[in-house]
Amino acid sequence: MPRTVRDVVFVDGVRTPFGKAGPKGIYHETRADDLVVKAIRELLRRNPDLDPARIDEVAIAATTQIGDQGLTIGRTAGILAGLPQSVPGYSIDRMCAGALTAVTTVAGSVAFGAYDIAVAGGVEHMGRHPMGEGVDPNPRFVSEKLVDESAMFMGMTAENLHDRYPHITKQRADEYAVRSQEKAAKAYANGRIQQDLVPVSVRRTNPEAGETGWGLVTADEPMRPGTTLENLQGLKTPFRVHGRVTAGNAAGLNDGATASLIASEDFAREHGLPVKMRLVSYSFAGVEPEVMGYGPIPATEKALAQAGLSIGDIGLFEINEAFAVQVLAFLDHYGIADDDARVNQYGGAIAFGHPLASSGVRLMTQLARQFEEQPEVRYGLTTMCVGFGMGATVIWENPHHKDAGGNK
Amino acid sequence: MSTTAELLKGAAELFPGEVVTQAHVRHLDLPGGAGRFALITLDNGLDHTKPTTFGPQSLANLNAAIDQVEKEASEGAVVGAGITGKPFIFAVGADLKGVELLKRHEDALAIGKGGHDVFKRLSSLGVPTFAYYNGAAMGGGVEVGLHCSYRTVSSALPAFSLPEVFLGLVPGWGGCAILPNLIGADRAVSVIIENSLNQNRQLKGVQVHELGIADALFEGADFLEQSLIWTASVLKGEIVVERPEIDRGEAWEQAVARGRFIADSKVHGAAPAAYRALDIIEAARDGDLQKGFDAEDTALADLIMGGELRSGIYAFNLVQKRGKRPAGAPDKSLARPVTKVGVVGAGLMASQLALLFLRRLEVPVVLTDIDQERVDKGVGYVHAEIEKLLGKGRINQDKANRLKALVTGVLDKAEGFADADFVIEAVFEEMTVKQKVFAEVEAVAPAHAVFATNTSSLSVSEMASKLRHPERVVGFHFFNPVAVLPLLEIVRGEQTDDASLATAFAVARKLKKTAVLTKDAPAFVVNRILTRFMGEIQNVIDEGTPVATAEKAIEPLGLPMSPLVLLELVGPAIGLHVSETLNRAFPERFTVSPNLKAVVEAGKRGFYVHDSGRPELDPEVTALLKQGDSVLTEEQVRARVLDAVAQEIGLMLEEGVVAEAQDVDLCLITGAGWPFHLGGITPYLDREGISERVNGKRFLARGVASVPA
Repeated sequence: MPRTVRDVVFVDGVRTPFGKAGPKGIYHETRADDLVVKAIRELLRRNPDLDPARIDEVAIAATTQIGDQGLTIGRTAGILAGLPQSVPGYSIDRMCAGALTAVTTVAGSVAFGAYDIAVAGGVEHMGRHPMGEGVDPNPRFVSEKLVDESAMFMGMTAENLHDRYPHITKQRADEYAVRSQEKAAKAYANGRIQQDLVPVSVRRTNPEAGETGWGLVTADEPMRPGTTLENLQGLKTPFRVHGRVTAGNAAGLNDGATASLIASEDFAREHGLPVKMRLVSYSFAGVEPEVMGYGPIPATEKALAQAGLSIGDIGLFEINEAFAVQVLAFLDHYGIADDDARVNQYGGAIAFGHPLASSGVRLMTQLARQFEEQPEVRYGLTTMCVGFGMGATVIWENPHHKDAGGNK
Repeated sequence: MSTTAELLKGAAELFPGEVVTQAHVRHLDLPGGAGRFALITLDNGLDHTKPTTFGPQSLANLNAAIDQVEKEASEGAVVGAGITGKPFIFAVGADLKGVELLKRHEDALAIGKGGHDVFKRLSSLGVPTFAYYNGAAMGGGVEVGLHCSYRTVSSALPAFSLPEVFLGLVPGWGGCAILPNLIGADRAVSVIIENSLNQNRQLKGVQVHELGIADALFEGADFLEQSLIWTASVLKGEIVVERPEIDRGEAWEQAVARGRFIADSKVHGAAPAAYRALDIIEAARDGDLQKGFDAEDTALADLIMGGELRSGIYAFNLVQKRGKRPAGAPDKSLARPVTKVGVVGAGLMASQLALLFLRRLEVPVVLTDIDQERVDKGVGYVHAEIEKLLGKGRINQDKANRLKALVTGVLDKAEGFADADFVIEAVFEEMTVKQKVFAEVEAVAPAHAVFATNTSSLSVSEMASKLRHPERVVGFHFFNPVAVLPLLEIVRGEQTDDASLATAFAVARKLKKTAVLTKDAPAFVVNRILTRFMGEIQNVIDEGTPVATAEKAIEPLGLPMSPLVLLELVGPAIGLHVSETLNRAFPERFTVSPNLKAVVEAGKRGFYVHDSGRPELDPEVTALLKQGDSVLTEEQVRARVLDAVAQEIGLMLEEGVVAEAQDVDLCLITGAGWPFHLGGITPYLDREGISERVNGKRFLARGVASVPA
């Protein structure tokens, strides 16, 4: 049977505001599955022309697939969101790149012709499911020295990356972090972020955490606008004495969920759905687990090669800011300045937070908004580092560009 | 301290055991830049199995929350305020335990006024107010929302009602006055009167919206978020809420008349609550809410101090609590599992029982009878009923297939009952027949099997006496129609052991029946009281009182049907049979009416013909009646009948037929449909002084189903 690979597009993406994990966080009494359900419902509300029965798949990522993130959350979230029972779902895990992998996996199925349209997203409630909950690493990792012991601790891997690139100093990392907060605050002031947030009602019964009763979350909790270099310089380096990685130049521990619609371009256009980005290529790569922050570099190399593009063709970058050092390593590799205007225009995870498996779609949603505003840019890239030594990159084309494939 | 606060403080002192509801105020930014908003959450700090209620301290807490929000509104700090509930529950109204404690009219008045004073502030807060009915809302819970400017409701809301009239109250915190002005008198009558008197029927979220009580409907998954987004749009003027014009003309009168008709047909004037509510609805036509609130206060206080409400709360608690934890039942852990049920007999009653066991237990049910034709007919009946359920969408095809496969019929008891854990007989009401049946079953059934008899008047002990294991026999007396009446009298024979009895109670629970433990006394509870009651009516008729007078004498009780209509429903032959049984047991009190005998012998199905649509004495029956010349007045008839009932119940309690008077009432409510406002019957006999007169003492201590001393 002859097959034709189909063009895949990013139709739309939304997310919950991100919260701080822990007893005082806004989502402390909110279930993880409820977070992703609200995101899926918002996606459907925003796209009333999509008949929910046409959705072929619900792929939801979570790193810790236990409790309210377990039970094949892609399936349960679909039912809880009110999708018809005929719509299937499954769960995905690639740690921080969970939602990104949900997107690429369903995209592969769309390109193959198995799906016309699918929901892809992720959720991580790091308050209810702290990193490392229930893990049971094989003792051979240590006994056979398969990985360095620091590989399990993301902060330590970031310190290791500073070791590898001594020219990436704490000063540079802090300066980068301050800019991330500034850019995020500016994006908020310009209303760039809020348009893709779904408000979430939250209950609080613990008076020590603030006013009790029901409230409504409409903005990201982790943001620290007005952060200065001086604020950051005094912070502790919890992963190493005299280290460089602090709570200020890294993403925090967060709760949140994202969801996107991924479709074949033909389906989207036939059904009057938006086409916000066109998928060009995607790639994953493995690196030494103890410097997992290096991962985006080989992943991007592969993705560029597949697309027949060079880094110079990329007009916008959305790089997940798990750690400033990891972004800087990427920028240094490609000779891009720390404050290059093409990079993370709305700020990044250092400001918004990084609820592990949900973050990939946040990068895409932001890139899609930047494409809308900047039709002169043809290609953009979303990339992230992944625990246990991986990188993930997706290259997108701006359908608003005059030469874009879809406008032919 | 405001006067409202003082009022509530005084009320709270009378009710130290209140489960207190907090009114949390939390602030939030409305979406779309609509401004700062204060959201009040009603929460008693317990999970959804303990719904949020309003006692005086709870009202005081809400009052304090409103103080805060009012101040913020006046300072321009908030653009609106909302009120919602904890997960799954909005609020389910006044705390009835507090109402039961009230002894003085003025204290009762304070409860009504206190609620009004707090709730009505929501209608004049200086900023628009919104109620978000997120979950179950009843009574005062519904009413607190009615005072708000706008309401939204969740499509997942399972229960919404103004149940006050059902209990013996009026919706007295604004319901009677506001609701007709919001949705029109006719719809208000449906909610306040019709639903309430229809076994407290509940509305679902969609209906709350369709009726116009709520302005917007949102799905449960993100109900509060969507409600708040809607709120923002309303406040910004993007959404204008339009409500239909209320017809204050003739439609209003017609609605009230319809309400009176419903009340008459249900309580026959015997309970005041519905009529008081209708009076307030009638007067609410002019839209003067404060006048309506004042009328509610007075009605509420009058009713709280009246016996009907106290009886209503008592009855409600019997059904809700005692009905679920039967007095005298052995420890649950003694119950043996029931994985297969045998039914002896395949007649109509047996087939109905088979259907009930099948649906509730979902285990194999085997019918047996004396010939294949009867067996086939019995199984056919069950299959046809399953088809009906399927046709109505009550079960799906898979469930129908499953149930049909579970019911079988065999001629050979050995084949059918060899592995049955529970065998119930519903054969001809004759001791020798039943003894024979149980002996046959015992020969083939497992040693642990419990044998249940659906006898209505034979001795369970005698029935068991010929068995090798008489300890396995229990009485399992259902009431017709089996699918409708909740009562199941579980009879302990002289030799019945705890394990068999516990198994019977466990089965009853799975059957969703209200089980009451009774001694093996003639006709057990309901039939004995009804037979004494009917016998006395029959006696006065036989002695010369016209049928119409005898019937009319009972009307003020507000029973679901007149005695002779009841006789028709039971069947005169069965009525006669039970009266003969009881006559043999207690010849000094139970008579066998010659007239009834004549009616039965003539093959009549009752005293009445219904050709005109209403019961009229059958001339053929009139011709049969031989009456004496002693004509009593209605009052005399009533006194005689009620004296007899009081005497009989007194004797039953002395004999230990049931543990307490409460069980008698529970039986009459759930097995005979006797009304809440009578509390079954003993609260009524107490409050009318009949118990005292006949037995020299009350059935219930003062304060139980009555105003405390």
